[in-house]
Amino acid sequence: MSDLLNAFAIAGKAFFGFQAIFFALLAVGLNVHFGYTGLLNFGQIAFAMVGGFGIAISVSQWGLPFWVGVLVGILAAVVLALLLGLPTLRLRADYLAIVTIAMSEGLRLVFRSVSATPVTGGTRGLSAFNGDFIALAPWDTQHRYHILGTTWSGGELWVALVGWVLVTLFSLLVWQLMRSPWGRVVKAIREDEDAVRALGKNVYAYKMQALVLGGVIGAFGGMVYAVNTGSAIPDQYQSANTFLAYAALILGGAARVLGPVIGSMILLFILQFADTGLRAMISNGVIPSELLSSTDVAQIRFVLVGIGLMLLLVFRPQGIFGDRREVMLDAR
Amino acid sequence: MTHAPHRARRHGRRTTTGQLLAADRPAPGRSGRRRTGRRPLVLSLLLAAFAIALATLVPGVANAAGESVTGTLQTSRSGPIEGVQVTVETAAGAEVDSAETDADGRFAIDVPGPGEYTVTLNAGDLPDAVQLGTNGDTVTVTVGPGRTQPVLFGLVDGSANSGGGTIRAVQLLVDGLRFGLLIAISAVGLSLIFGTTGLVNFAHGELVTIGAIIAWYVNVRLGVPLIPAAIIAMVGGGVVGALNELGIWRPLRRRGTGLVAALVVSIGLSLVLRYGIQIVYGGSSNPYGDYQSQRAVSYGVFTMTNRSLASIIISIVVLLLVALMLQRTRIGKAMRAVSDNRDLAASSGIDVNRVILFVWVMGGALATLGGVLLGLSDQVQWDMGFRLLLLMFAGVTLGGLGTAYGALVGSVIVGVFVQMSTLVIPDDMKYVGGLFLLIVILVIRPQGILGSRARIG
Amino acid sequence: MPAEPAAHGAHAARPDEPPAGSAPASAGTEKAAPRRLAQAALRDLPWEIGVAKPDPTVVVDGVTRTFGGLTAVSVDHLEIQRGGITGLIGPNGAGKTTLFNLLTGFDQPDTGTWSFDGRSLGKLSPHQVARLGVVRTFQLTKALSRLTVLQNMLLGAQGQRGESFLRALVPGTWRRQETENTEKAMELLQRFKLDAKSDDFAGILSGGQRKLLEMARALMSDPQVVMLDEPMAGVNPALTQSLLGHVKDLREEGMTVIFVEHDMDVVRDISDWVVVMAAGRIIAEGPPESISQNKAVVDAYLGAHHDAPLTVDDEDRVLAEAEASIAREGHPDQGVISSDRPHPRRTDR
Repeated sequence: MSDLLNAFAIAGKAFFGFQAIFFALLAVGLNVHFGYTGLLNFGQIAFAMVGGFGIAISVSQWGLPFWVGVLVGILAAVVLALLLGLPTLRLRADYLAIVTIAMSEGLRLVFRSVSATPVTGGTRGLSAFNGDFIALAPWDTQHRYHILGTTWSGGELWVALVGWVLVTLFSLLVWQLMRSPWGRVVKAIREDEDAVRALGKNVYAYKMQALVLGGVIGAFGGMVYAVNTGSAIPDQYQSANTFLAYAALILGGAARVLGPVIGSMILLFILQFADTGLRAMISNGVIPSELLSSTDVAQIRFVLVGIGLMLLLVFRPQGIFGDRREVMLDAR
Repeated sequence: MTHAPHRARRHGRRTTTGQLLAADRPAPGRSGRRRTGRRPLVLSLLLAAFAIALATLVPGVANAAGESVTGTLQTSRSGPIEGVQVTVETAAGAEVDSAETDADGRFAIDVPGPGEYTVTLNAGDLPDAVQLGTNGDTVTVTVGPGRTQPVLFGLVDGSANSGGGTIRAVQLLVDGLRFGLLIAISAVGLSLIFGTTGLVNFAHGELVTIGAIIAWYVNVRLGVPLIPAAIIAMVGGGVVGALNELGIWRPLRRRGTGLVAALVVSIGLSLVLRYGIQIVYGGSSNPYGDYQSQRAVSYGVFTMTNRSLASIIISIVVLLLVALMLQRTRIGKAMRAVSDNRDLAASSGIDVNRVILFVWVMGGALATLGGVLLGLSDQVQWDMGFRLLLLMFAGVTLGGLGTAYGALVGSVIVGVFVQMSTLVIPDDMKYVGGLFLLIVILVIRPQGILGSRARIG
Repeated sequence: MPAEPAAHGAHAARPDEPPAGSAPASAGTEKAAPRRLAQAALRDLPWEIGVAKPDPTVVVDGVTRTFGGLTAVSVDHLEIQRGGITGLIGPNGAGKTTLFNLLTGFDQPDTGTWSFDGRSLGKLSPHQVARLGVVRTFQLTKALSRLTVLQNMLLGAQGQRGESFLRALVPGTWRRQETENTEKAMELLQRFKLDAKSDDFAGILSGGQRKLLEMARALMSDPQVVMLDEPMAGVNPALTQSLLGHVKDLREEGMTVIFVEHDMDVVRDISDWVVVMAAGRIIAEGPPESISQNKAVVDAYLGAHHDAPLTVDDEDRVLAEAEASIAREGHPDQGVISSDRPHPRRTDR
């Protein structure tokens, strides 16, 4: 019983922790891409990576101030979006999907390669670049705080606070954009881009703007992650994370302002609960270790996400809160 | 990135076993073994050069009372290099003396006393085929009292990786051909599935992995020889393909699921299969039981193990059979017809669902064969198929999405390009070359080499 | 999929046309009874292919487009009279839709030039053509399903400040314009009897209502030339009359209308001038009454071997068959996974 409570507490922390923020920002970005504009970006994690490494490289390698690092990260995300968009946004949706996933894997491989080690730190990555930011915390970052049965370090709390402020700001931004004529054009592109062209809108430019916007939001996700962990390691940015963010987005409901945020919190809660619960059950012997060892738990969550993604797409494409009728109108 | 700790752990383990590069190289053309095989080769070449330098040192000691620097410029293919100017400067930058290498490639320059000297060779005097190695054109040495100090420039002539009389470009071309054919075998199904159903199947890489792993279990655990094991794996792959179609895609088509939704479903399936495989099979990479201890046979300008040769031959034969089937048999013609225009084919009496089922079975079997061949050249790993998937996409897009022959041509080009790109970019980034090629193609000719310009409206 | 890749970059680089380019259509054209004007202007023209019109707005010269070895469109010379309704007819596969695509920038020809009001439209992308005042509708209606009917309408308005990314963030800059556009949209919706549905998703409208919505949406941009690709296809007979009325109204407002249609009754009823295409070429043009007597037209519909003179009834029967086959062809199942994809890969044109 105490195990269960414990699992709840840990999962509860995941509900608000930096990982939920990370996925929320990735998914808010994907919501702009996929939910509103209909762009299939399967390389969102690459934006997070250039965001995180933008800070890491600027601060640890070039000795620049932290805030310049943030700017570098944003700039890198913009450049990446342009590079991805230029060749693919005129083509059918699946081309963007292929190129983005290839780019996210390719970039990770470049960042972890031996020849990039002088800049990115190679497979070991970079660390010690978040000091300036943590020092801004209005409370003692060394102290550990106990909140509702969970334990947070002062630094974690600070990152979480700033992270949720970011999530709120970006959600407001998306909300404002999507109720404006700009958002109307973008949503219309999702429905049928030829019709929008015939009405005199430069579809290519709008898609590019959406790609850049969502990418920059994703880059902020990567920054939050890097700053909280205090390190940036290329292998943290596996492409599976993009699909976790997709799962969060679809779970919460695509094309809804708060869908990706709520989806990420729920997803992280479920994953963490399953994780802790499974580990507890294995160590208690409830699940025989021949069947499943505790090292397998990390993989189980991906299997669960995969199954969840398939079931959601097939049976509840509108997400858990959405209105099915609206989705059924979707011809695609 | 909830799995970051796990990643980090695994990643640490890899580092300690020194398999890091091999383990995560995307297109691991004979990764582990060749790498470990190549290292000693490079090392022994360096040692040989060093030994020669030491040998020249001996007469140096005998002849000169004072201190000097000496060395020999030569590589295995060029032999001794004559007429290269070598200059010695003191640490302060004052020139001491310069000399040209003699017919044996040797140089020896006296220095005024013990201390630190920089030795520079004039790179412009080197023959075209010979390049400076990692040391560059300048080496700094410390000369001890009364010593003749050997200087090693570490010249490269492109032969270091393959040794003997091989030419690196040819070696890479052959390797690339083998790898490209392997991609082609795996990607034919991907392309035909797209052609007949419009589905971009992100779970196709897992068919490759499944094939490699079935063969591994049958071969290593059950002790069946690899060739029957591969056939069993292909049957298994065909069954998995059929299950894919019957269990997931046909019902989804019947429900009228959109293309984008189907694509995301295939990603979900890919996650389930990939991590499911990791749970069952584990994170380690293992070789097959057979054909492992082969030595490379020299074919003049390149070397190749017999299993690589077999891989090429099998690939070519299978691809020819596939082409023959597409061209001559009823079902093959039907496949091309459905791929070309589904509705027209349906209205002319072709049972489209049956054709699609056949495409899945064939695609599954071929992908598993690709997996076995990949497991033979590299090792069997839980995410080998996913890594190959991106190259399959590159190949299929290059050739033209949805065309069977396009997938063949495109994949071979991608394989060769990826291998040959190591001539100019580091080995652990060659995969990125494939990606780069993909993007260039999309800019220049988005319909692919063999794709046709689709009609609009 | 259009030809030279080099052109794409050029398109991307070209600065967008200023929204001012789409001045209200009626400005400067005689509003008084344009119907009679157009008909009167065309009355005395010879019934010849490529005949010069008194006041042409769209002029096509030497435009060809081939797909593989097949010539889809090969038009030597064509002029469209301003302020008139020009019907474009022809058997299945005659190249009518392809010609529409070429004229509106959705496809690029292999050769040729074409202009609108003396301004060359070659190498313009679709949105640039639309901003000049040439709007089109599609054979398969493109109602934007998950937008409301009103949002569909508002999308048609040109020169919207709020459609720029930065200004979208400051509602003050676009709210007034949005209100004006909404009023205009509601007026149009009333005219098209869709005002009751303004807050419904467009996806729940019937086929005919979608056609109406698409036409109304096109009118939001105050176009000068309206190109309708089979406006009556799949519309129930009750709505057909209403649609016809709306098309005639466009002419009354001084717009030039070009439309593709298969129903000869419709063509005879509303056209001032008819252009007949077959196998990519224009085989006849003239006033509607001239067409049923034209031997080339009859041959095109029945095959050249058919020598016997056709009665009007025969011809209508043939055309009805052609129409039915077109309707069969227009299967709207694109985009479902079962469907065959040949959808444009490179769609930004």
